[in-house]
Amino acid sequence: MEELTFGTLIAVLEEMFGQALFWGLVVIAVLVTIAFVYVIVRDRSLRSRWFLRAELLAPIGAIAAIWFVFVITRSGLGDVGGPIDVIALILIGLAGAVGLTFLAYTVQAVIGGKRGAA
Amino acid sequence: MSLDLDRRAFLAAALGATALGAARPARAQSVATSAKIVIIGAGAAGSSLANRLAARLDGAEITIIDARRRHLYQPGFTLIAAGLKPANYSVSDTSGWLPRAVNWIEEGAAEIDPEAKTVTTDSGTTVGYDYLVVAAGLKLNYDQIEGMDVSLIGKDGIGSVYASPEAAEATWREMDRFTDEGGVGLFTRPATEMKCAGAPLKYTFLTDDYARRKGNRGKTEIIYAAHSKSLFGVPIVNEKVRMLYGERGFDTRYEHVMKAIDPGRKVATFATPEGDQEIPFDFINVIPPMSAPDVVRNSPLPWADKWVGQGYVEVDQYTLRHNRYPDVFAAGDVAGVPKGKTAASAKWQVPVVEDQIVAQIAGREGTETYNGYTSCPLITRVGRAMLIEFDYGNNLVPSFPGVIAPLEELWVSWLMKEIALKATYNAMLRGRA
Ligand SMILES: Cc1cc2nc3c(=O)[nH]c(=O)nc-3n(C[C@H](O)[C@H](O)[C@H](O)COP(=O)(O)OP(=O)(O)OC[C@H]3O[C@@H](n4cnc5c(N)ncnc54)[C@H](O)[C@@H]3O)c2cc1C
Repeated sequence: MEELTFGTLIAVLEEMFGQALFWGLVVIAVLVTIAFVYVIVRDRSLRSRWFLRAELLAPIGAIAAIWFVFVITRSGLGDVGGPIDVIALILIGLAGAVGLTFLAYTVQAVIGGKRGAA
Repeated sequence: MSLDLDRRAFLAAALGATALGAARPARAQSVATSAKIVIIGAGAAGSSLANRLAARLDGAEITIIDARRRHLYQPGFTLIAAGLKPANYSVSDTSGWLPRAVNWIEEGAAEIDPEAKTVTTDSGTTVGYDYLVVAAGLKLNYDQIEGMDVSLIGKDGIGSVYASPEAAEATWREMDRFTDEGGVGLFTRPATEMKCAGAPLKYTFLTDDYARRKGNRGKTEIIYAAHSKSLFGVPIVNEKVRMLYGERGFDTRYEHVMKAIDPGRKVATFATPEGDQEIPFDFINVIPPMSAPDVVRNSPLPWADKWVGQGYVEVDQYTLRHNRYPDVFAAGDVAGVPKGKTAASAKWQVPVVEDQIVAQIAGREGTETYNGYTSCPLITRVGRAMLIEFDYGNNLVPSFPGVIAPLEELWVSWLMKEIALKATYNAMLRGRA
């Protein structure tokens, strides 16, 4: 009967965040991605010092993401009831970790400029 | 709620804001027509259908009749009554959900004449139609419980999650007080058909959960009065709920149908096979008998031999088309079908009615059918819920087979109910889900 389409997904996300916030977040995600690609192309490599520092923030990103979801849904670790819950938590943590790592690297690279990489 | 709702919501949540691009679903080609379509009721089913028909039909004259200016997201009532959301969480403007091309008559429908093909409104205006969709939801009959009145909700331990967002909030205040003080908590459900048959169960679980969190479960007794010999109409679900009720220490009284309340003495009376029985309470969640609204019940549309006196529309359970009047359809709670009184069901029914009407207009036979899909995420405590999805055959029809187990208390299912369900419901209202 009803199939899950990309359009439905977008419709639900728009309702969840509000149209303005949702597309605002999309724009920010796109801008960060463009900035990341830009600094990689500019520097022709990933600068390990920035990357290491950025990676140190990964656990903070993971914990923050999970904490955020728990707070907005008034739940906690004690509510985990089955394997899929653990998987969902890992995915949320992973998203937070990867997101913050990218952001931190990009911010350092943009602020540090080309020479800061020395 | 809906599994389908849930799947979308879940994917939505999983993909989060990283989803890029804005492709809209390709709409089926629009059909040119000058047909007059009247929809009675601008609730979950009516609003959704109005949007979908407006997008599908070119030139149709679509009229929606409903006196209610407030649109109510009723699945939110449970969260309001659990102190998790404010009353306005469930309230929005009806006008905000209706497409501009649709003519909204802000009145109730008072009379339906399917022979003359007209609907008369409260003020006496008569509207003719080529196609009629009855989506008037159902009516709460508090007056069928002797001594009960909605004005009692929020006083003397009397709660009722169903009546309105404000009543749900008042019920929370009573439940909060009760779980502080302890005593006897009494939970009921009617013997009639009802919307979201899981809601009475959820609220019992939630009250138990609060009493436990507050350390007061020891001085709290929880009595659940089931109207029949079971807790839920679907056998496999019934067994699971029976087990959980046992684990949580609920005292279940079967074949107890509430018939009267004495607010002064704080006693409820139940009809049972052994005669009337009184049960005293310190807190009660009254869920009243339900029926189709009077305009439908008093029309020629209901079944003559099924749900007698309740007035549900006599439609084919697969096509939702009226058995005697082929230009009349029903969607949502008012449809006389064996399952499906949930918003999640409306989401599956509406595209069927849309397809049937568009097909009739185009001179074809409709192809889409409704299989009885019903879904009701059963909250078992703050932080956990079980997905329950089933069809006409009492089969479980999980939306995420092998991924999210049905009948299992899970945090992800709670997540869906808390953050994704309303978004999916709203998308449905706009005809986009
Ligand atoms: C406490 C509670 C919890 C629930 N939980 C869930 C859940 O978890 N999941 C789920 O899927 N569903 C849930 N539901 C059920 C869900 O809300 C309903 O099934 C859904 O709203 C049905 O949609 P409908 O359009 O048929 O009726 P409604 O949304 O009730 O709309 C009916 C409309 O018809 C109008 N109307 C009535 N009489 C007339 C008249 N004479 N003329 C014109 N208009 C009229 C009304 O004003 C109303 O706007 C819950 C319901 C309640 C009360």
